[in-house]
Amino acid sequence: MADASNNDAFVEFERVQKSYDGENLVVKDLNLFMPRGEFLTMLGPSGSGKTTCLMMLAGFETATHGDIRLGGTSINNIPPHKRGIGMVFQNYALFPHMTIAENLAFPLEVRKIGKSDREAKVKRALDMVEMGDFGGRRPSQLSGGQQQRIALARALVFEPELVLMDEPLGALDKQLREKMQFEITHLAHRLGITVVYVTHDQTEALTMSDRVAVFEDGRIQQLAPPDKLYEEPQNSFVAQFIGENNTLEGTVKEISNGVALVQLDGGELIDCKPINVTKPGERTRVSIRPERVEYNKDRLAEGVHTLKAEVLEFIYMGDIFRTRLRVAGNDEFIIKTRNAPDQVRLKPGQQIEIGWLPEDCRALDA
Amino acid sequence: MSDTTQNGPVLAADGTPLKRSLAKALRLQKLRALMLIAPLLLFILVTFILPVGDMLFRSVDNRIVQEVLPKTVDALESWDPDSSELPDEAVFAALAVDMKAAAELKVHTRVAKRLNYENPGMSSVFRKSGRKIGKWDVENDGPYKERLIELDDGWADLELWRTIKTYSGTRTAGYFLNAVDLKLGADGVEVRPETERIYNTMLIRTMRMSLIITFSCIMLGYPVAWLLANLPTRKANLLMILVLLPFWTSLLVRTSSWKILLQQQGVINDVLVWIGLVADDNRLVLINNELGTIIAMTHILLPFMILPMYSVMQTIQPTYLRAAKSLGATNWTAFWRVYFPQSVPGIGAGSILVFILAVGYYITPALVGGTKGTFISNLIAYHISTSGNWGLGAALGSILLAVVLLLYWVYDKIVGIDNVKLG
Repeated sequence: MADASNNDAFVEFERVQKSYDGENLVVKDLNLFMPRGEFLTMLGPSGSGKTTCLMMLAGFETATHGDIRLGGTSINNIPPHKRGIGMVFQNYALFPHMTIAENLAFPLEVRKIGKSDREAKVKRALDMVEMGDFGGRRPSQLSGGQQQRIALARALVFEPELVLMDEPLGALDKQLREKMQFEITHLAHRLGITVVYVTHDQTEALTMSDRVAVFEDGRIQQLAPPDKLYEEPQNSFVAQFIGENNTLEGTVKEISNGVALVQLDGGELIDCKPINVTKPGERTRVSIRPERVEYNKDRLAEGVHTLKAEVLEFIYMGDIFRTRLRVAGNDEFIIKTRNAPDQVRLKPGQQIEIGWLPEDCRALDA
Repeated sequence: MSDTTQNGPVLAADGTPLKRSLAKALRLQKLRALMLIAPLLLFILVTFILPVGDMLFRSVDNRIVQEVLPKTVDALESWDPDSSELPDEAVFAALAVDMKAAAELKVHTRVAKRLNYENPGMSSVFRKSGRKIGKWDVENDGPYKERLIELDDGWADLELWRTIKTYSGTRTAGYFLNAVDLKLGADGVEVRPETERIYNTMLIRTMRMSLIITFSCIMLGYPVAWLLANLPTRKANLLMILVLLPFWTSLLVRTSSWKILLQQQGVINDVLVWIGLVADDNRLVLINNELGTIIAMTHILLPFMILPMYSVMQTIQPTYLRAAKSLGATNWTAFWRVYFPQSVPGIGAGSILVFILAVGYYITPALVGGTKGTFISNLIAYHISTSGNWGLGAALGSILLAVVLLLYWVYDKIVGIDNVKLG
């Protein structure tokens, strides 16, 4: 995990475990350190423990073991309403019996902030999400995107330093979701707040975050900035989960000079970058991104190993071409090429040779 | 695809106006829908609307006097009820003719009963005279004034004649006035003597106790409904069975078991005496009074409060409470400001249901209410089945109906009827 020695960590999970039934651990030995002002996304399939972590941070679930600290103080025994953490819920959870302005004034009222101060803050928060004219309406009179903005404004109106978001864009359509992704990120950076964002949508995670924590089986599989996560997955789960990925299985023949020679199960030899293989004879899963595969012989380096491939399907997608190949017995091998003027359009049945740079091909755990 | 640019009505493809062909197309659908609900409509008409209409009609119906004593009523037209003179011979003659005809058909007792409601004692005058007059030869046996008074000196009572005149119309407000402890005297509406006043007290008592029962149901039912809505499914289902259990037991059995529990030699008193909280010679009176009715009816009506509250609470997502807490509200504030307001429609629906059921409840107050804990419905039942004064029973029923509608209207004004939800 990134920097366990960081004393300036704002949010800390230290050896946190969580079990609901006393038999299975939903969260296993979680360690996480977040500096102030970071936008961190917890990404993972459902049941991977990410929402549980968020709920423990918010105070709605108690950690079975371990310590959760906020700004250096342990918050394990502090009830949710005293933590001062803003939260945006999946279904917005706007109070239906209050107007928008009343919804926003609620956190200020319970903090006993005076009326005039309250009104000013509510107005500022509404303006911040460009909903200044909607104060008198009821939540049910707003569209999904508008409700989302209000939920955001409500979580920010009492100026918390930490804001948690639990799949806040899940209910919106694609276009609105993309728009809101940018708005939330911009707002978070402008206000300098620390955000923990939970989602199962990897695009959302990649586009919004400073760092992404990939959850699976109650553990963080990899914690890294988006580009590292995509280009340098540390294990086959992350490689599979983030983005599109081609997998070939084989055995390590030899490792020298930072290049692993892998013999695929069909006998073919390829060059890879060893990530979590250490010695010859180990089984491995080789991962290659579809856009890093090259079939134009002129562009391949001298002497690299190539593989024979048969084109099965060619899909025109506008900006890119997506081609499905049969490679070393794998029928689902995908390559993506940019729709450039000189690009060759492959035809089904065509026999080609494909290759790649050794560093784009990562030999991961089997 | 009809041409909308031309003037005049829009036409369908075959040239008929679009509106007409649309109506034609929908008519079949409407007819089919109507056929589907026709049995229910018919059932409601026969078993609900007609009886209610009949009740409303009976509460003002007074045709009996004119039907049985038509000539007398005509003859009384010229008599001034304020005078201190008895009506003249013509009236008595008309009465004799009417009474003879009535006695032959044996309907003079019915008018006797009717007028007796308004002026107790008139019944015996009519019955006694009816028997004798039946044997008279009404053509020749004059003069009747002396003969009738000789027969029964009740006929010399001015009050009797005033009553006949006052109640000679085919419609009367008499039953309604009676139902609110008033009566129509010679000088207009007047209050009944104190010994005859009963209905106002009963009506107020019924309202007051129904309100107490409704309130007790809210207080007892709210936590149960909350548990039902928030427990894990398995436990909630078990609890739901416990809530519904009373529905599977006969009402009489439940009420009788309250008798066993609450009576002075009953289980509760025995236990209290045994643990020494209550002296043996000073056992609590828990039944045959208002308290008994309130306890038993709260128990019986509790499910009607819990179920609507439960179905509303089920729709309140737990994230609202979490959101409130994350915004800084304590448990109590979160409940009171966020959860409770959203559950009000359920309380409203349950309260209307329980209150309306309670106001008209009959069996339980009759069994455990004694004399102090009975409801207006027990009096209605008495008038319908024992005293035979259907008109008064109908008037009391109508008042009850009106009060319920009025409360419903008030509720609509205060809370709003669209705020009532059953889920």
